[in-house]
Amino acid sequence: MVVKKAPDLTYKDVTPKTLYMGRRNFLFGLAAAYGAVVGYKKLTRLLEGPATGSTPVKLTGVTKWPGSTTEKETSLEDVTHYNNFYEFGTSKTDPAANARNFVTAPWSISIEGEVKNKRKFSMDEIMKLAPLEERIYRHRCVEGWSIVVPWIGYPFSALVKLAEPTSKAKFVALESYYDPKQMPLGGSAGIELPYVEGLRLDEAMNSLTLLTVGMYDETLPNQDGAPVRLVIPWKYGFKSIKSLVRIRFVQEQPPTTWNIANAHEYGFYSNVNPSVDHPRWSQATERRLGEFRRRPTLMFNGYADQVASMYAGMDLKKYY
Amino acid sequence: MNSILTSKWTKVVVFLACLIPLGQLLWRAFHNGLAGFPDNMDFGANPIEFITHATGDWTLRFLVITLAITPLRKILRQPQLIRFRRMLGLFAFFYGCLHFGTWIGLDKFFAWSEMWKDVQKRRFITVGFTAFVLMIPLAVTSTAGMIRRLGGKRWHMLHRAIYVSAILGVIHYYWLVKSDVRKPLLYAVIVGILLAHRLGMWIYGRGHRAAAGGGVRPEPSTAETA
Repeated sequence: MVVKKAPDLTYKDVTPKTLYMGRRNFLFGLAAAYGAVVGYKKLTRLLEGPATGSTPVKLTGVTKWPGSTTEKETSLEDVTHYNNFYEFGTSKTDPAANARNFVTAPWSISIEGEVKNKRKFSMDEIMKLAPLEERIYRHRCVEGWSIVVPWIGYPFSALVKLAEPTSKAKFVALESYYDPKQMPLGGSAGIELPYVEGLRLDEAMNSLTLLTVGMYDETLPNQDGAPVRLVIPWKYGFKSIKSLVRIRFVQEQPPTTWNIANAHEYGFYSNVNPSVDHPRWSQATERRLGEFRRRPTLMFNGYADQVASMYAGMDLKKYY
Repeated sequence: MNSILTSKWTKVVVFLACLIPLGQLLWRAFHNGLAGFPDNMDFGANPIEFITHATGDWTLRFLVITLAITPLRKILRQPQLIRFRRMLGLFAFFYGCLHFGTWIGLDKFFAWSEMWKDVQKRRFITVGFTAFVLMIPLAVTSTAGMIRRLGGKRWHMLHRAIYVSAILGVIHYYWLVKSDVRKPLLYAVIVGILLAHRLGMWIYGRGHRAAAGGGVRPEPSTAETA
């Protein structure tokens, strides 16, 4: 017996040609849109043209500082494409994109306030003021990420000694370059500019405090604070002021940018301290760029031996 | 217009479009670390932060889109838009789950006690967590069967929780940023407009009811065409 099976599909079940074409067009459309996005991004890069700003050059005659950490260096790509420099925008990728036309020559640092030698140092003078050293430091951002960077520079104390602060000088007030024409996004950063920072004089004189002119064998890239910045490895990154133009020796604790913006969250000292939380997040751990798991944050970012004595007897919860 | 909105293909297209942000993330994940690739098209130096921000952003965007459906239906007089509301709301929940899951699994690596402390102690996490938890009952009761079981009135009451989720989501974002509050403020303005429209309609509807001697709430679309 032949079992007659009703056909499952009749002619009217055939997908109408328009719909079928629609599907195909839809897929083509997706692919085209996809290609357009990639192409557009590549094209905008081309149209931007070559960068007109200063570019890093090789540094020679650099000696290796024996105190460098042996931890793995963060890649140059990560250090130069993920950082904060609010003058060039508030997203982590903004500085690399927007500082490419930043012109940093000519440059000078002005020494002012309670010093015998009020004067300006040209960038040439700064480069030759003391022998250049490569120092590999851990660098911890207050936001909870960290990097390991081979900086090039010399102790800030060398410059301070030349300035000859008087007995009245108790603090140094530091100021970044700010030019709204070169840094048009600075106006919407939500912080007051020019960026100002400060250190107690003994912190400024500490041998770890580095006047920094380069990294990874070259002069500083624009987005990392060219041409000259400070690096203070036991403090949160925002203390390490970029593109330094003014150093003022003062009697009173100077105002600092993030403290002005939010005194409750960012103190004058801002020493790396895993046991004092930021009001909005824990500082107990950090994410090292290039690593997957968080790692524990170290007291004074691992530099307690060199700096803890400066804070002996201080309540670090109060002076955060 | 109506035929486009009611076509079953439109729903498929919208569904696929809603998956584009996830597709982008997967694509970036695949291309992450490929040499010579434009660096603005991978995860960058901090992939976990990138994923956290992207999924968080899309949760807020889908909440906003979902909240925009009702005002758009009325303003554009396209009642058929309602067909997409559940799907969009569920996508908000979907990206919320990815956002929450990223925090749990990738950021905190299942450190439950540390996370629970964060939920209690960090107000931006407290509000974000609350916004997410409030979305769970809405997702669970999104099926036709659940609407029937709850009854339309109770279901509508419950689903007003999305207003709270959206507001808390914006606060979560606002409290998270350090100083540049432009983006969270933009979300605040949009959510504010969408909620203000509802308030306006409610006040308008109440006036109408009073004028009609109370009783049945007039269908706004009829009121407009009358």
